[in-house]
Amino acid sequence: MNVPENLKYTKDHEWVASDGKVGITDYAQEALGDVVFVELPEVGSALNPGDAFGVLESVKSVSDLYSPVAGKVVAVNQELTTRPELVNEDPYGNGWIIQVEVSAEPAELLSPRAYQSEIEGA
Amino acid sequence: MLRSLDLHSIDQLFEDIPSAARLNRPLNLEPALSELELRQHMAQLAHKNRGSDDLVMFLGAGFYDRFIPSTVGALASRGEFMTAYTPYQPELSQGTLAAIYEFQTMIAGLTGTHAAQASMYDGASAVGEAALLALAHTRRGRILVHEAVHPDSVAVTKTYVAARRGDVHTVHDLDDLEQSLKTGEPVAAVIWQYPDMLGRVIGLSRMIDLAHQHQALAIVSSDPVALALLKPPGAMGADIVVGEGQPLGQALNFGGPTFGYFAVQAPLVRKLPGRLVGATEDHSGSRGFVLTLQAREQHIRREKATSNICSNHSLNALMATIYMASLGPDGLKDVALLSMAKAHYLQTALQAHGIDLAITDEPFLYEFVVKIPGSVADLNAYLLSKGYLGGFDLGRWNPKWEGYWQLAVTEKRTKAECDGLTKEVVRWMSR
Amino acid sequence: MDVPIIFEKSVPGRRGIQLPESDVPMPDLHAVLPEDYIRTTPTRLPQVSEFDVVRHYTFLSTLNYGLDTGFYPLGSCSMKYNPKVNESVANLPGFQTVHPLQPVATVQGTLELLHRLEEGLAEISGMDRVTLQPAAGAHGELTGILMIKRYLEARGETRTTILVPDSAHGTNPATAAMAGFEVREVPSNARGGVDVDALRGLVGSSTAGLMLTNPNTLGLFEEDILEIADIVHAAGGLLYYDGANANAILGRVRPGDMGFDVVHLNLHKTFSTPHGGGGPGSGPVGVKKALIPYLPEPSIVWRNNEWQLSDESPDTIGKVRSYYGNVGILVRAYAYLRSHGAEGLLAVSDTAVLNANYLLQQLRDRYETPFKRRVKHEFVLSATRQKHRGVRALDIAKRLIDYGFYPPTVYFPLVIEEALMVEPTETESKETLDRFADAMRRIDQEVDETPDVLHTAPHETVVGRLDEAMAARKPNLTYQPDAGITQGGRSS
Repeated sequence: MNVPENLKYTKDHEWVASDGKVGITDYAQEALGDVVFVELPEVGSALNPGDAFGVLESVKSVSDLYSPVAGKVVAVNQELTTRPELVNEDPYGNGWIIQVEVSAEPAELLSPRAYQSEIEGA
Repeated sequence: MLRSLDLHSIDQLFEDIPSAARLNRPLNLEPALSELELRQHMAQLAHKNRGSDDLVMFLGAGFYDRFIPSTVGALASRGEFMTAYTPYQPELSQGTLAAIYEFQTMIAGLTGTHAAQASMYDGASAVGEAALLALAHTRRGRILVHEAVHPDSVAVTKTYVAARRGDVHTVHDLDDLEQSLKTGEPVAAVIWQYPDMLGRVIGLSRMIDLAHQHQALAIVSSDPVALALLKPPGAMGADIVVGEGQPLGQALNFGGPTFGYFAVQAPLVRKLPGRLVGATEDHSGSRGFVLTLQAREQHIRREKATSNICSNHSLNALMATIYMASLGPDGLKDVALLSMAKAHYLQTALQAHGIDLAITDEPFLYEFVVKIPGSVADLNAYLLSKGYLGGFDLGRWNPKWEGYWQLAVTEKRTKAECDGLTKEVVRWMSR
Repeated sequence: MDVPIIFEKSVPGRRGIQLPESDVPMPDLHAVLPEDYIRTTPTRLPQVSEFDVVRHYTFLSTLNYGLDTGFYPLGSCSMKYNPKVNESVANLPGFQTVHPLQPVATVQGTLELLHRLEEGLAEISGMDRVTLQPAAGAHGELTGILMIKRYLEARGETRTTILVPDSAHGTNPATAAMAGFEVREVPSNARGGVDVDALRGLVGSSTAGLMLTNPNTLGLFEEDILEIADIVHAAGGLLYYDGANANAILGRVRPGDMGFDVVHLNLHKTFSTPHGGGGPGSGPVGVKKALIPYLPEPSIVWRNNEWQLSDESPDTIGKVRSYYGNVGILVRAYAYLRSHGAEGLLAVSDTAVLNANYLLQQLRDRYETPFKRRVKHEFVLSATRQKHRGVRALDIAKRLIDYGFYPPTVYFPLVIEEALMVEPTETESKETLDRFADAMRRIDQEVDETPDVLHTAPHETVVGRLDEAMAARKPNLTYQPDAGITQGGRSS
């Protein structure tokens, strides 16, 4: 399972990059199956760590998306409204979901190694 | 079979039921009947009813005594359709799924909307669910409903909306609507009926404009047969079009089962309640159909679902589909036009005897309201003794409409029946 | 091949049913309606002959699998034989041609039948009064939960939470939310029942009620039901019985005697009314005496020597649908009730439970059974042993189609991994059960021998496995002649 070194992770299987981009992990997209719809937040929404900011639908499941950080949504990936499959195809790249202007990072964020052992334990 | 389970008595299979709860006596029910006895018993019960095969019906108010082509019963009663469950396994359910897809297409076309779902229980619950959709979509709590919407639709909407702590408020006319939109809590939706309980159609486009000016959704409930003649609500900008499906090939059955239809414009598709069928392909590129956008539904989203609806009225929707296919665009238009011709004939005949329309300055299609000098209940009782089921006594629903007699005339009525009714009404008046 | 649709048979100008010439003058539509209220766009209905219609829908029916086609062991759906006599009596003109707003004097037969059915269902469920209005099981749930809400409010209590087991049908939490409640899940214990200690910890002053299916969706009877009822009642809440699985208990035990306050029954399951490919169903609700004032309007009463409909209860929850329910379905259910009587209904459940236990016994050696208990009318297998060998529950389900069976319910209840939920019902013979068990054993063998055959099943149906992701990503919900997926593949 792909767990890039340059990202931080949550136990809910989201990642956050240094530029504030947020998405779901390779493990999460695999578990969800074919993503068919992404419900995105409005640009400008304020988020706290753990806030639900959107919804991912696959054919037969639904998952809330939880913010890994505190901050303001500065961009959403509009590409996903027509091509939700990008979440499956490229979860760490073109499948990013939102970009946040991060005001605070909680201490609970996981390192790549810690996340790797999290999913191996699962 | 018991032996293979190492059991000597069937009672052992029920030993895990606490003895204090067990029923240790036979159920107190009437004795079983053989098929022959059952048919005799049921025929006796049916014989205590008098329906449209026996009485000449001018009763409507949302349910109409329409002609049902033989194709409807013959095809919909095939065991492969009738005894199937919800199409959970698409490979074994293409018949049901394809027919629902056709149904969705026909309803979207009739209503002038983007898409329709697979069916609701009835027209009233479709209106109620439309109100719930509006509450969730707008995050507002107030629903305005016109006074000439079918009372059962209003009543169900009140039950549904109250559960979500919303509020349903009645408006009397367009001016009242405008005032109500301007004052008080923001409005989630305005509900209108087209044609309404008094047979009126004018004013719908103004209602839709007013609702949109205040960012409220415009919900319209329509008799689908009327839409063969009328400009469709969707084309006027209505966001949600719902209605009672009985006029489309469904027997009266004392009110059910029929079906409700539910159609929306594109932005609301993912907010639809209930089943929805979509076209797709298999691995070899063959077209087939599946239940789709299921993440809206209770079996996946549980307490966050758009509705709790599971079983809907699929077989009734199939009957409507066969009905509409059997008639085609010209046939459905003929049904509405013939009904209109006969209604206008009857209205003119009554008018000639001094029985005036309750609303004089508005057009009507095949249902109209006249003012009766005296008791409508008494008139209907007299007509029943002469073999007619008279029109609905609207005063039973709204004291404002005391003496209002609502007559529905379908393509099944003949000139002779209209003349007969007129003659009896005149006799009753001159008593 | 592509599954055909009627629009593709449409030929401009062709028509099916002819209506008679008008015997009165035809008014001009343009003289009746203002121009801006006249339809100008086509209705988009197909233009086909009557025979085209007959051929098309007959063909579509052959693409369907119904109970009349073969064994349909769909768990929690009680797919039993739908007796043909029920159809013929429901189609009597006396029942079919009555308008819901007719004077009651002209519908005495229907009202008498409905009253008799109410009484019968009250006796079977152990309740004091029944309403027949709800159109389906979920609609019955909503009706029942709204009554619980109104009952509590009338006592001056604001209770905000409905409890549901983690094995519950999705309609239970969806209903509670629709009725304005918060939902809390009660975990299952190691025996597949409600975890009574956890329940004790969850109830409190905010508990409005507990919704329970018994036997539950695992086919297991809640052995602790009396204690569960005491816990909920002691906390001030009420007990709701989801009747989806009532086919297991007729004449053996009644929800009312287990402590339930409100019950719905699915007539399209337990009482053999046809499911029609997704309804119409019917979900009558029974209540204990204290809840009678809150029943929906109208109710059937005997007054002035006739059956009447009464709208006079001041505390009613109001209306849940128009008129008086799915009467055509209620006529069929009444016919079923009268065909069976007390002994017949007892035999229904006894045989349903025997058939389920027998079939489970035939499959135990090959498939994982999560709970080593006697079951009631259905059971759940877990395809974990097969999953370890590379085949999932879905593949097994699809392969069963090739063997001529409708697959069991899959991936439900959610608490069981790779679930296959099997309900044989009482109307299947031992020979049918043996054939099904044989197919299941052969499929288990195929997991090792020919796994690809399973992964690509079914092989004989009109279409293979369909691309559900494509359907949901690019929803194609209506036929557009020049766009999307049309005959001969995608045009774009």
